[in-house]
Amino acid sequence: MATDYATLKKGGWMRQKQKNNFSLRVRVVGGNLTATQLAKIAEVAEKYGQGYAHLTSRQSVEIPFIKLENVDDVKNALAEGGVEPGVCGPRVRTITACQGEAVCPSGCIDTYAIAKELDDRYFARELPHKFKFGVTGCQNNCLKAEENDVGIKGAIKVKWLESACIGCGVCAKACRRSAIRIENKKVLFDESKCNYCGRCYKSCPTDAWEATHGYIISFGGLFGNSINKGETIIPFVEDKHKLLEICDAAISFFAENANPGERFKFTIDRIGHDVFAQKIKDAYNNTP
Amino acid sequence: MAEQEFKIDDTVDVTDVKCPTTFVKAKVALEELDEGQILAVRLNDGEPVQNVPRSLKEEGHEILKLNDNQDGTFTLIVKKVGD
Repeated sequence: MATDYATLKKGGWMRQKQKNNFSLRVRVVGGNLTATQLAKIAEVAEKYGQGYAHLTSRQSVEIPFIKLENVDDVKNALAEGGVEPGVCGPRVRTITACQGEAVCPSGCIDTYAIAKELDDRYFARELPHKFKFGVTGCQNNCLKAEENDVGIKGAIKVKWLESACIGCGVCAKACRRSAIRIENKKVLFDESKCNYCGRCYKSCPTDAWEATHGYIISFGGLFGNSINKGETIIPFVEDKHKLLEICDAAISFFAENANPGERFKFTIDRIGHDVFAQKIKDAYNNTP
Repeated sequence: MAEQEFKIDDTVDVTDVKCPTTFVKAKVALEELDEGQILAVRLNDGEPVQNVPRSLKEEGHEILKLNDNQDGTFTLIVKKVGD
């Protein structure tokens, strides 16, 4: 029987240069693997591969040099350690994330929780071409949100609370956008300069900034043969449900309009930025 | 001097160390004080002044004031809370 490479690729089996050898990509969410999963990956790499694993550029793990005849044994062995095969090809790929506010002092959102939710909702969904989500916790952008088809960046919108403020000026020092000035112990905040990084709120020693956590969403990022920085349509989305509705709208737009093998950016270019922006605004305003 | 608004019980200079030792040195100085006593911490501009006030607040202490010494250093006035 002829080998069905398309089905294997769909299930994360990457065909190697070496005949009948595959590099198996495993399913990873938000860059986290448990110790049990890692131990199982190590065991499988020793037993069925060449004793090593490769870390991909998008937070997945591949086990190279798996022989075609061992595909099923490897799947079963990995399942014992809670490891599933990943995906390749024209579908929603590994959802990447930085450690986010659960771990990182700079984080503005729980990136892993968002990545998990996106993974549950979209992972491996069939589309005209590959589709990548990335979730980064803050403006430091360790996860490079804008290189993804849909990038999500944690953000904090702030409001000064005069009654709690001692006029120390630490926030003005922490702000990288010159959005805060102190005059006569009073804060002058220019919201038009704010990029929602939350550094004023995080540095304040008297809790004199009220924070609203939210998301900055970018669309159409690419970092391969063509390079494009994803664009933002709505400056700040504070509701997680809205975030997911916007992701739904973006993925539907891609599913309905993209030509086979066409990345999201080029679909948006071809159909029209204004048409796409309207879809996103409708999703945001809940007027489908 | 604005420090005169408060009765300073002790002073620590952390301008000779880098983060996170700045915070540690201030924390150790606070441990020597009794609840309600006031510490003045001399800090460098940049990272120390952006991070140490918040870190001490997160330890439960009360930040009363930050004075700009106009020489690239700041003096943070902290009231010790808890034993």
